[in-house]
Amino acid sequence: MKKLENKLKTSPQLPLISVMTALALLPLAAFLVSLSFGRYGIPLLQLMQILFGKLFGLTPTWPDTLEKVLFNVRIPRILCAMMVGAALAGSGAAYQGVFKNPMVSPDILGASAGAGFGAAFAILNNYNIIGIELTAFLFGIAAVAATYFLGQAIGRNMNTVLILVLTGMVVQSLFAAFTSVIKYEADPNNKLPEITFWLMGGLTSSTQKQVWMMIFPFLAGLAILFLLRWKINILSFGDEEAKALGIDTLKIRVIIIMASTLLTSASIAISGMIGWVGLIIPHLARLIVGPNYKVLLPASVLMGAAFLLLVDDVARTVLVTEIPLSILTAIIGAPFFIYLLFKGRSSWE
Amino acid sequence: MKLEVCSAVCGYGRRDVIKGISFSVSSKEIFCLLGPNGVGKTTLFKTVLGFLKLRGGSINVDGEDISQWSRKKYAQVIGYVPQTHTPPFPFAVSDVVIMGRTAHLGSFSTPALEDRIIVRDVMEELGIMHLKDRIYTEISGGERQMVLIARALAQQPQFLVMDEPTSNLDFGNQMLVLRQIRKLSARGIGVIMTSHFPDHAFLCSSKVALLRKEGFEIGRPDEIVTEENLQEVYGVRVKITSTPVAGGLVKACVPLI
Repeated sequence: MKKLENKLKTSPQLPLISVMTALALLPLAAFLVSLSFGRYGIPLLQLMQILFGKLFGLTPTWPDTLEKVLFNVRIPRILCAMMVGAALAGSGAAYQGVFKNPMVSPDILGASAGAGFGAAFAILNNYNIIGIELTAFLFGIAAVAATYFLGQAIGRNMNTVLILVLTGMVVQSLFAAFTSVIKYEADPNNKLPEITFWLMGGLTSSTQKQVWMMIFPFLAGLAILFLLRWKINILSFGDEEAKALGIDTLKIRVIIIMASTLLTSASIAISGMIGWVGLIIPHLARLIVGPNYKVLLPASVLMGAAFLLLVDDVARTVLVTEIPLSILTAIIGAPFFIYLLFKGRSSWE
Repeated sequence: MKLEVCSAVCGYGRRDVIKGISFSVSSKEIFCLLGPNGVGKTTLFKTVLGFLKLRGGSINVDGEDISQWSRKKYAQVIGYVPQTHTPPFPFAVSDVVIMGRTAHLGSFSTPALEDRIIVRDVMEELGIMHLKDRIYTEISGGERQMVLIARALAQQPQFLVMDEPTSNLDFGNQMLVLRQIRKLSARGIGVIMTSHFPDHAFLCSSKVALLRKEGFEIGRPDEIVTEENLQEVYGVRVKITSTPVAGGLVKACVPLI
């Protein structure tokens, strides 16, 4: 008995622990690499000097500009990229579980488009930071609710996986149209460029302000998803089974959708529309650690952070002018979605 | 323990499907719901499980009204074995079984070592240890049914509600599941199951409810599963035979078509 217990304790978990350790080191490594990359290259040695110098309060032996670039531009941007990547991947994984649907993501459900409209509306009306985030969140929730209830009403006993994707498309384009109305209304001298650049999706204007805007909703949303991650497994088996297994399905589902939408809308508020991350990363994570949300959620978050950071590194270094981040994620994401369609084909016939 | 349904009214939407049904299931009893499609078997057990709201009467466990119970409390007492279907994600079989532990976990917890030990014991008892690391979506229908039974047992309930546990199974697997149901009742679990096979009522139930469009009849299998009743409910002429088997008689229905 004792022996068996020991076996249970160690054997199946061991490879998983090493995989998770590797995944945890991934964003850390990406962070360190990204520090020295950029238009204004900072050699590794000097980087260490500045970081340790700052940490121990040494007198500066490095150029002032370097320090400014590092602390006011590069580190905020890196942090934003990691938080946005983690938030989109984590919320994507959670949405897929609660909607029992591997084809959904923040963008496909319309959450991104809804939050985008909310944020644009708030920018047009000169709301403050909290106002922007709140409006983005509310319209994000409204969009997800619309997608879900439309899908329920239309789908009934039919193929709900695809129906949800289709109703999501409808809601998405509706909110995109609303956003166009906002642009049309916006003052072309100051508001319009502001909204347009922000909507394009990117982290070009990330400063410490954006870091502070993101960090609280990010931590709150992530903490909720992390605490409830086991229950997402159960919800993915459907309402009745989840109830019979002891879950208050309505309450838990609403909380998880709120937390996911909070993560999505906070990301949108600082980085505009960055698509596909929330679809691709949970699938890649599932390939590596399996579908159990106990490990899938942390794995998605870690991989999302590293992924978006590395893509952003490419976006800001490869060409002379920056490539908008959303263009790169779409180039990677669209073929991936086609692949999913091929893979899921058998279950729709 | 005793689960009592007292003059319950069950239905959904605008329709009351079953009116004023009363029965009780005690530990070690197997209660079998028979009847043609569309008479409310599913509605009845979904009401017992609390998926549908009770529209009249009451459901008690040991005298305690269960309509106020939380889902968690419910799940600790009544387990559910649904008909098999395919979940959207390729969970490992042991992951599916351990989900039965949810009702015993804290709000923010994930299963721990002790839950894994319970899962192992249950899977060994059902003889499905070899499926442990297989992918749930890739095993056969019979194997999936056993996995769902294992999941419900990991829940350690006093009562088990099973929705057509033998449907979509081949003959061998049907008997495997029935034998298992008898073992469970011998262990002290009260079972409520629906079935399309009157024979199964003879094989393992201690009580039968025959539902029909206008009303229902409840009693011992011998009293309820009769040639007249089957003819009336299913519109099929049936001969009921008895075969002596190992010191007892086993009854069976022979349809005359």
